[in-house]
Amino acid sequence: MTTENETEMTLVQAITDALACEMRQDDRVIILGEDVGLNGGVFRATEGLQAEFGADRVVDSPLAESGIIGSAIGLAMNGLRPIPEIQFEGFMGPAYDQLCSHAARFRTRTRGRFTVPMTVRVPHGGGIHAPELHSDAPEAIYSHQPGLKVVMPATPYDAKGLLIASIRDPDPVIFFEPKRIYRAFREPVPNQSYTLPIGKARVVTEGTDLTVVAWGAMVVEAAKAAEQSDASVELIDLRTISPLDEDTILASVEKTGRCVVCQEAPLTLGLASEISALVTERCFLHLEAPVQRVAGFDTIMPYYKLEMEYLPGTDRIGAAIDETLRY
Amino acid sequence: MPITTAYETKIDHVSILDEHGAFDRELGEGLIPNDQLPAIMEHLVFCRLLDETAFKLQRSGRMGTYPQNTGQEMPSLAAALAMEKADWLVTCYRENTGLFWHGLPPECILLHWMGDERGNHIPAGVNATPIAIPIGTQMLHAAGLAWAEKVKKTGAIAVTFFGDGATSEGDFHEAANFAASLKLPVVFCCQNNGWAISVPSSVQSAGETFAQRGLSYGMPCVRADGNDLFAMTKVMKDAVARARSGDGPTFIEAVTYRLRDHTTADDARRYRDDAELATWEARDPLPRLKRWMEEKGLWDATQHEKVTKAGEARVAEIISNAEDISPPDRTEFFDHMYAELPASLIRQRDTKRTTSLGQFPEDLV
Repeated sequence: MTTENETEMTLVQAITDALACEMRQDDRVIILGEDVGLNGGVFRATEGLQAEFGADRVVDSPLAESGIIGSAIGLAMNGLRPIPEIQFEGFMGPAYDQLCSHAARFRTRTRGRFTVPMTVRVPHGGGIHAPELHSDAPEAIYSHQPGLKVVMPATPYDAKGLLIASIRDPDPVIFFEPKRIYRAFREPVPNQSYTLPIGKARVVTEGTDLTVVAWGAMVVEAAKAAEQSDASVELIDLRTISPLDEDTILASVEKTGRCVVCQEAPLTLGLASEISALVTERCFLHLEAPVQRVAGFDTIMPYYKLEMEYLPGTDRIGAAIDETLRY
Repeated sequence: MPITTAYETKIDHVSILDEHGAFDRELGEGLIPNDQLPAIMEHLVFCRLLDETAFKLQRSGRMGTYPQNTGQEMPSLAAALAMEKADWLVTCYRENTGLFWHGLPPECILLHWMGDERGNHIPAGVNATPIAIPIGTQMLHAAGLAWAEKVKKTGAIAVTFFGDGATSEGDFHEAANFAASLKLPVVFCCQNNGWAISVPSSVQSAGETFAQRGLSYGMPCVRADGNDLFAMTKVMKDAVARARSGDGPTFIEAVTYRLRDHTTADDARRYRDDAELATWEARDPLPRLKRWMEEKGLWDATQHEKVTKAGEARVAEIISNAEDISPPDRTEFFDHMYAELPASLIRQRDTKRTTSLGQFPEDLV
């Protein structure tokens, strides 16, 4: 059911809508990246924007990720609100230096004189049958870098509100878009601009037996696994990865006493490990079982014939839920 | 004279068999032995058939994303013709003709795009690197491979391929600089096919040519008609000889055109003029060579029909080889992570779990 003030949208449509809303109300906002113009981006996230806002505000850049991010830093430092797009997370490598050595540091190394209010949009994760280096989950790398914020929505409604909040944020934000659920489902999204707070998780379903923490496309898998379980599962969608909403996680685990964390990324030194440490340090006396991490394996993400063997699915998440409950 | 000319240069453009069928005898005579041309034509017919069939496989759900090579067959084939078996071919993903001529089994390419990493297991004795997916990174590897040959004094060289878009990446410039300043035996070949997905080459460079990209690094630069096998063979032979003789790298711009979409995930009608496409369809390198060979009495309709039939049969066989391969073991992606798999990874592989409780069932009460 939608009213006249909202429209049924997929996650990728909500992203396009957020970009259009912000570009209409703030002429400092410009988009740059590979194929973002006439082609509307390889996932069509910028579809129609060049037609509406012109080629000076929706810019097809040369093919150079370091160039895209480095020049966006300059644009941001000099009064604009750039939204650079990196076409796939696997192509962030060349931009790493600009993101971590520069974007993350300008505010502190100039003691606030220069800031980098840019939002780097990056399709994230596997499960879409894509070629090599089109299916990775590098969020921990950028969450480990002080000075960057990292956001990842899991629903169309959240995507719009969080993207607008990211664009308006005074600091650099990496906005990971779970490409596996770009078009997985629709939901009503308000036509007007709105923001959702960065750094605030969402309790998807309330429960009393066990807490499951997930983000991005894993929220959908975790929800399926929770539904299949007989237990009362509280599912938390992080929405922001850095800064982490510690309060929501801790309040939930204090209530349930059991926690499973799901991520696509490799196990070792991933975000699940950070959350496990947080819960263990802060909820130790509430815990009824060790925190379990359901993650990708510590291997290179395989090509698509085996990607579903790599990605945690309802079987692995479900088994972790059962074992944690039985502990 | 306070202002003098510090440096002046020009870029040659080489064309031997042009789109109208005119052939420059002075440059072209004997460049490719006549008795080799039928085998080359047979190879080209086969590669084109495989390429068009791969597109259909993707459309019918039998293969993942695939980047078609059609229209860009000549540059890498010319390289392979000019190379020795021990030389390195370091490509991106539109060099099937050269890779197959250099010894890569076509099944490898199909398996790669079918999402099967066994396709990247290049057979021993074939000096080619796997398809490079991220743009513009492989040229540095070519510089290093060539450097090693120089250290080992083998006389072998490396030829690397990349697109016009790749010359925008920093790694390209670093590769060109390393190769030129260390005088490495490398040939850089930029396939300027007009488009980096939807972005025209004019966005990648405001320069008149891509060939001049190499000038600032101090290497000889040349542009050639990339749809002309003879022109490409001439510039490749010159560049390979220069590399082999220890005179360092060469930069070649092959002017060609991507006659199909970027990949099967793309739809070029969204951004590309029909008229532009039609112009380049008329410059299709295969019919051009075929017509010339027919005029010279080196090819005829009967032969063409015969190799087409044989090509179709070979394509069918290669596809069934690629499709009939047994599925990879569920944990195959662990096998080649390290020379020796760490204990933690062995546990992940054997339990197919990353969770501690699941991996230590004895801990469960």
